[in-house]
Amino acid sequence: MDATIASILLLDGLTNGAVYALLGLATVLVFTVTRVIFIPQGEFVAYGALTLAILQTGKVPGTVWLLLCMAVVAASMEAVSRWRHHRNPVAALQSAFKVLVLPVLLSMVTVWAAPQMFPLEVQAVLSAAIVTAFGPLVYRVAYQSLEDATPLVLLIVSVGVHFAMTGLGLLFFGAEGFRNPPFLDLRVSLGPLSITGQAMITFACSLALIVLLWLFFERALLGKALRATAVNRLGARLMGISSHSSGQLAFAMAALIGALSGLLIGPSTTVFYDSGFLIGLKGFVAAVVAGLSSYPGAMVGALFVGIVEAFGSFWASAFKEVIVFTMILPILLWRSLQGGHSDEEH
Amino acid sequence: MKFATKLIATAAASLVSGLALADITIGISLPLTGPASGLGIPMKNQIALWPEKIGGEKIKVIVLDDATDPTNGVKNARRFVTEDKVDVIVGSAATPVGIAMADVALESKTVQLAATPIGLPPGKDAWSFRMPQSNDVMAHAIVQHMKKQGVKTVGFLGYTDAYGEQWLKAFTAAGEKEGIKLVAVERFARADTSVTAQALKLTAANPDAMLVVASGSGAAMPQLGIIERGYKGKFYQTHAAATKDLPRVGGKAVEGTYVVSGPVIAPEQLPDSNPSKKLAMDYMVKYGNAYGKDSHNQFGGHAYDVPVVLEKAVPLALKKAKPGTPEFRAALKDALETMGRTVVAHGTLNWTKDDHWGYTMDTGVIVKVVNGDFQIE
Repeated sequence: MDATIASILLLDGLTNGAVYALLGLATVLVFTVTRVIFIPQGEFVAYGALTLAILQTGKVPGTVWLLLCMAVVAASMEAVSRWRHHRNPVAALQSAFKVLVLPVLLSMVTVWAAPQMFPLEVQAVLSAAIVTAFGPLVYRVAYQSLEDATPLVLLIVSVGVHFAMTGLGLLFFGAEGFRNPPFLDLRVSLGPLSITGQAMITFACSLALIVLLWLFFERALLGKALRATAVNRLGARLMGISSHSSGQLAFAMAALIGALSGLLIGPSTTVFYDSGFLIGLKGFVAAVVAGLSSYPGAMVGALFVGIVEAFGSFWASAFKEVIVFTMILPILLWRSLQGGHSDEEH
Repeated sequence: MKFATKLIATAAASLVSGLALADITIGISLPLTGPASGLGIPMKNQIALWPEKIGGEKIKVIVLDDATDPTNGVKNARRFVTEDKVDVIVGSAATPVGIAMADVALESKTVQLAATPIGLPPGKDAWSFRMPQSNDVMAHAIVQHMKKQGVKTVGFLGYTDAYGEQWLKAFTAAGEKEGIKLVAVERFARADTSVTAQALKLTAANPDAMLVVASGSGAAMPQLGIIERGYKGKFYQTHAAATKDLPRVGGKAVEGTYVVSGPVIAPEQLPDSNPSKKLAMDYMVKYGNAYGKDSHNQFGGHAYDVPVVLEKAVPLALKKAKPGTPEFRAALKDALETMGRTVVAHGTLNWTKDDHWGYTMDTGVIVKVVNGDFQIE
């Protein structure tokens, strides 16, 4: 190993790490606000990349039909719970309509836009929008009624949601993988390194998203509301912050981040319906490094995971995943020795 | 998901069962979900096109999903032998699952037709027959082609699973005989986002050719990764990659890649002297009519071959015993071992008591990717 190889590996590790960082941030975000360990985070990655791939072929992606089905389920759940509280059919229908309107509009736009073969960027935006719409619906259907359950119950629900989403992915996208065209077909040589346009976009997007998230949590009222929920749910509710809408917002953001990650890795690898799981798990390892609570920590953890992975596959490619996931043991040991308190309640 | 599929399959099966006991029952366990679903789904498609009768007897087909999980495969196989009393087990298409199922076949004395080249210790495969070509046969074809092309050194980039491991063994052995050396061996997994590190090591060794061992659309990414590091030599891919997904995902970068495959992949280009041409054409046309032109593939071909083999073996076994009895199962095994050379779509099989692999060494066909299509070399 010389400096050239080391620098190429480092670049590769950082590029992958940037994507893991996004997923790690999403995992931390969802956990702090809702106490859900969101295992299906990776599924949004695969959904994002594959939705774009299907749009590229000029067909209507199956995610649209899934979105409609989920919207109908979520809307009826909303209507029923509203009816139970108020016994008012108008209010019940109104709340159902609110849930339905966005997914239905989005589906109509997609059905219209799919055969028109718009430029790649427009299709990318559309894919991100479709996948983002899944976020609140997943929360409404799977988690909202269990809001006060223990993290363990929520984790079990997450595993179920993960299996359901992977299975539906297989149903809608098929077993074979897709590779998307690059957004920027460019190659810059920097000494021994050659940086692809895709890597640059990955870095730029990750950085921009992290800054945006920071601004959102520091400056925007909604962001502060999310933070308040994360610190103390009951307190936040007493202050008039709905924990339902906080949860839905957190999930929407997680879905958006997942979809963006999918769009970012789509051109550099073949994405399968089940590819997201491993990528999401690496984001989860990054989040664990940060104790599921700190955003900068998750980012550092993700870059670390990326670099370990790159060097691990150079030295012992057969044991790459083993190396990455075994890392979680010493980290957990170190954290529990350092912290000493229970992470059960946040 | 898995459970639902199973339930439906079970419900469908129980509808037909019960009445006609003399029918030949075939229990099929395939990876319809999970990582190997790309192999199992085309097989299920072809099974839907199977004839209704084999050797004059009605057949009853039970298809279960094993989700690419050895535990499920064994569970399915146990169900087949205890509840359904099947005469033949078919499956799985995933190597680790097929290996696990072989134990049940041996224990219950039921013939297993595996749709994957499962490697088993001697004696363990007494009841297991493989439908696909062994990796040895395929490695032989690649090595012969490499020899003609003047390739002396090879870099290996393969899956971390049993498929990659078996290929590594087969290729090392076949290469040694012809003086072809493996200079770098690297591994990757299908879901990996990059192979940069492995590609660095492989290109540093600068071999004459690269052998990529991967399946379906997963085979393109590693090759692209190596090309990205500036490698200009030849590429070889294995028979699990012999689907149109390779050029679809790989695009221009995979042009000129050599792929080893069975005869089913481009039968129209086979010389008329090839005995498999007629069957392979028949398979290609029928599969294409049902599921879209050019959608035929290796694994659909294996599913096509199962009734072809049974058509020859079942009449022999019927002379000795009735379906549904242990005697029939034993007679079927004897028939498969003694029926001699059998032409199938994938080549010519010749199973004997000691050899349950069967294909002759010249079965493998090398095709080249030209303009996104396969051309026989």
